[in-house]
Amino acid sequence: MSSQDIPEENLPAEQDHAHGAVSVADEANPFADPGLPPHEHRIQDIDERAAKRSERVVAMLFTVSMLATVGFIASYVTISPDTSVYIFPIGHISALNFALGLTLGAALFCIGAGAVHWARTLMSDVEVAAERHPIAAPAEVRAQVHADFKEGAKESALGRRKLIRNTMLGALTLVPLSGVVLLRDLGPLPGTSLRHTLWAKGKLLVNMNTNQPLRPEDVQVGSLTFAKPEGLEEADEDFQNEIAKAALMIIRLQPGNIKDKRELDWSHEGIVAFSKICTHVGCPISLYEQQTHHVLCPCHQSTFDLSDGARVIFGPAGHALPQLRIGVNDEGYLQALGDFEEPVGPAFWERG
Amino acid sequence: MKKLSARRRHPLAAVVVLLLALAATGGLYAAFAPASKAQADETSQSLTIKEGKKLYEVGCASCHGTGGKGSSDGPSLVGVGAAAVDFQVGTGRMPASTSQMAQIPRKKPVYTQAQIDQLAAYVASLGAGPNVPTKQQYGPEGADIAKGGELFRTNCAQCHNFTGKGGALTKGKYAPSLEGVDPKHIYEAMQTGPQNMPSFPDTTMSEKNKKDIIAYLNAVNGDETVNPGGLELGGLGPVSEGLFAWIFGLGALIAVAVWVAARTAKAKKS
Repeated sequence: MSSQDIPEENLPAEQDHAHGAVSVADEANPFADPGLPPHEHRIQDIDERAAKRSERVVAMLFTVSMLATVGFIASYVTISPDTSVYIFPIGHISALNFALGLTLGAALFCIGAGAVHWARTLMSDVEVAAERHPIAAPAEVRAQVHADFKEGAKESALGRRKLIRNTMLGALTLVPLSGVVLLRDLGPLPGTSLRHTLWAKGKLLVNMNTNQPLRPEDVQVGSLTFAKPEGLEEADEDFQNEIAKAALMIIRLQPGNIKDKRELDWSHEGIVAFSKICTHVGCPISLYEQQTHHVLCPCHQSTFDLSDGARVIFGPAGHALPQLRIGVNDEGYLQALGDFEEPVGPAFWERG
Repeated sequence: MKKLSARRRHPLAAVVVLLLALAATGGLYAAFAPASKAQADETSQSLTIKEGKKLYEVGCASCHGTGGKGSSDGPSLVGVGAAAVDFQVGTGRMPASTSQMAQIPRKKPVYTQAQIDQLAAYVASLGAGPNVPTKQQYGPEGADIAKGGELFRTNCAQCHNFTGKGGALTKGKYAPSLEGVDPKHIYEAMQTGPQNMPSFPDTTMSEKNKKDIIAYLNAVNGDETVNPGGLELGGLGPVSEGLFAWIFGLGALIAVAVWVAARTAKAKKS
């Protein structure tokens, strides 16, 4: 559309200035505020048919939204949760979820698109200027507030009656303490539970896969096995709390490959048992590389060398993985020779 | 004798002779046939081993040494078993171009299955090790998928991700994705512990456990697996999903807002 098609009054005012001469209206203020540019109309403001078209588009968007909502309810009622459809780039997905997402998305989008189109093409777009004012209140108002405050302070006599002032300050200081005391209800104190696990002298090492006690000949070099203490069953109420401390990682090394003297002493024919709980923030850690004997924590990449006393060789962990001293009992089953010597898992204030 | 020959024309004589003949034939077969069959088996077995040895000397001996004794470029193969050969050669990891990389990747197999069987037979003859599993061991019949999921999360998910999508390890090593891997090869990997993967021998993870795990993987990561949530974004969990929503979801909203504001509604375009 060229500017010829638009009525004269809609075009910006021509700036009248003499050719070849710079005219300054006000010598004292050469950078005077030019004010707002003249308002320009939209096609919908000028052409009633265009306005009608916009109205129909907005109404159509709102109608599509209504239909989509009906479709949402209909697909919730009719589509079984087990039905699956193949949608090209995504693959096999749930038909119900796809239909619900599509219809709800369309319903919300059409409301938004309709509202935006309505506001941009039909609602008034006349520019309105609001003048700025200084933030500070006028001098007389401020003087009045100062006077009122002084008067109030004098009438309350806080400066004179020191007993009232001091007891009031005391009361206000003590009130928040009741909230602090309630924090005690967050749970029982841990006591010594962080220092002990279910492992004790004579407890058998039970294979987590088969729920059977392990024998030394079951554990081959290069294999990885997870064990729990005898007597701890998944159905137990405190299973999660106990396994979170007692989980064991069992591997077998060639005794000649064990570099750490204590690790060798606490092993049985090269079978070593380490805590599965990372000493950094307590993630279960069992990304075991059987050729390097390194174990990697998936959370923050702490790496421990299981052939060297589970020493930290990389990452943020602060100390080595605790090792469980193991041996065999008279019947030839692997057993613990005591609890862990140090608390398992991450450090805490009183750990020492 | 005379008595016998006198009765040779008795009506039942033919029947008696037939019975005797049948018994003799059956007895002879029972005595000799299994032996000759075993002999035939042995010769075909030794032929397979011989063929495998030929293949080994051409394709493997340069790293793994003559007779599978190993060298500075490759480990000894004595006692790794047929399952290890079937896995390593069947997934194309062996023959490897070099032993210097962080991890030898899966690629298109170089040998046919018949050649792999010959190689496996030869390596198995060097020392006892796990055998190639049968279809009955890794097939889906009678498997408990829910138990398999539990076992997978206990033993495998730490490296291979909850649905077997794979994950990173240290210094360029990685746990590969288990998508599209032959169930037989998954079974063999658990038995033998290839490269840095620990092994899960039958003594600590029973045959039934392995079968359950394979059935679980097929249920959550098979070709026909349904993803109720739509795009799975690598199956990595809430972090990748949140990242996707923040970058692409909010990015799209910002782009639309910019587009709406950039288009003028005025009749006179400036």
